[in-house]
Amino acid sequence: MSIMSVPKAPRIWQLAERRYRLIGTQCLKCGRVFIGPRKICPQCGSRELRDIELPKRGKIYSYTVVRNPPVEREKQGPYIIAIVELENGCKLTTEIVDCSPEEIDIGTVVEAVFRKIGEEDKTGVIYYGCKFRPVK
Amino acid sequence: MSMRGEVAVIGVGMTKFGEHWDKQLRDLFVEAALEAIEDAQVDLRDIKAMFIGNMGSGLWVEQEHLGPLLADYLGIPGTPSLKIESACASSGMAFRLGVISVAVGLYDIVLVGGVEKTSDVTHGESIHHLASVADREWEAFYGMTLPALFALIAKRHMMQYGTTREQLAKVAVKNHKHGSYNPKAQFQRPISIEDVLNSPLVADPLRLLDCSPISDGAAVAIIARSDIARKFTDTPVYVLGSGVATDTIALHDRDDITTFKSIVLAAREAYKMAKVEPKDINVAEVHDSFTIAEILAYEDLGFVKKGEGGKLIDEGVTELGGKIPVNTSGGLKARGHSPGATGIAQIVEIVLQLRNDAGKRQVSNAEIGLTQNIGGSGASCVIHIFGNKR
Ligand SMILES: [Zn+2]
Repeated sequence: MSIMSVPKAPRIWQLAERRYRLIGTQCLKCGRVFIGPRKICPQCGSRELRDIELPKRGKIYSYTVVRNPPVEREKQGPYIIAIVELENGCKLTTEIVDCSPEEIDIGTVVEAVFRKIGEEDKTGVIYYGCKFRPVK
Repeated sequence: MSMRGEVAVIGVGMTKFGEHWDKQLRDLFVEAALEAIEDAQVDLRDIKAMFIGNMGSGLWVEQEHLGPLLADYLGIPGTPSLKIESACASSGMAFRLGVISVAVGLYDIVLVGGVEKTSDVTHGESIHHLASVADREWEAFYGMTLPALFALIAKRHMMQYGTTREQLAKVAVKNHKHGSYNPKAQFQRPISIEDVLNSPLVADPLRLLDCSPISDGAAVAIIARSDIARKFTDTPVYVLGSGVATDTIALHDRDDITTFKSIVLAAREAYKMAKVEPKDINVAEVHDSFTIAEILAYEDLGFVKKGEGGKLIDEGVTELGGKIPVNTSGGLKARGHSPGATGIAQIVEIVLQLRNDAGKRQVSNAEIGLTQNIGGSGASCVIHIFGNKR
């Protein structure tokens, strides 16, 4: 109950465009790339960062299958969650879809696909973003 | 200034960890606090301030403002009292702040505690709440959970260093064995390697018996200026070192996920203040929220070189009777893990060990002990080093 009553719509809206287009932030001083907006680089302290469109390809850095899901995903069944390292070195957390766990490993090349991530409740917002799938 | 030896623990108390269906958060706290007050032989009115660790009372029982609530229900409204939050490291952090407040001379006697009440919601809701220790927008949003974060770490550790599935299982077996000697442990039943390997998968390669439970519980320590400690007890336990550090909130923003930089940094501060080295530690309570976390703790605390944590468990070094017994209480795995209370529960165990009060699980001649408490996937860490001599 308490979970469903938290209004997520404003938070979803604030980051929607970045999630849809896979926009990250790059530090102009040290070159490091992050998912999500930042004003200050946590690696070098520089305040010169710019938004960049992230590469849509990368490889699996580590992964697992979630079998005890949080309440909002209980109906979904087990799913694969991973850290993917994109071609420019940026790492991000994502779900791996369109495959079984046996078909992937650390190092498997994957590509971004636009998908539904979840929904607030039956009458609330549906939220979207990128998941990744193995490149066939 | 150095805080080394300036503050002593003069009393400890804790509830059993587990599922307390019939008790509320405030009941658990008061029970642990009264036990600690009795142990310290202080009067309630001697307590000049309270620092309470709690991770998610707002999420689990929709109650914030724990500082005044708990001072009120302990019968000392008016006392300065506040809640400290650092995920599963909340009460380790509360202890640190309490120690600082005494060391600078602000208060003579302070109550530091931790409490969490998690069993009033469904398991799925608890998994959701626990995921708020990670980055909600860039990890949990995509389905990441706390067990899954540690599964990713385990997978990389196994790949990079050859750590085996059996070595992870041995951590749980050891801690359950230790827990069988602790009357306050949630699980007091020994288990076998086969039990771990046959338990259901939670997040591959981690299985149910690799994971600590999400418990209800409370733990409290009474601390005092060292120069007055002997007025209350013949066996004060001194705080020799304290260290705290943080790391990026998201696991994916770290270069190498097989090391917790927050442990390395906090340990450096604590060892330096205490003027001890890893080899001087006689007994330790480390944050084994998942079996792989204990392996990382061995390495990042400097008990062994990076990658050799698995060897340490194979050699029995960290078992009762070994050179550095680790998690003699049963650890988070068997004593139980009540996120807000775990940090102080670890301190309770080390205090009992250094007072020679640990019963069947007593480490002989223990003089220097260490506690290591992390929040989330290591985004925060707090370490304390204790001695029974100043
Ligand atoms: Zn930078």
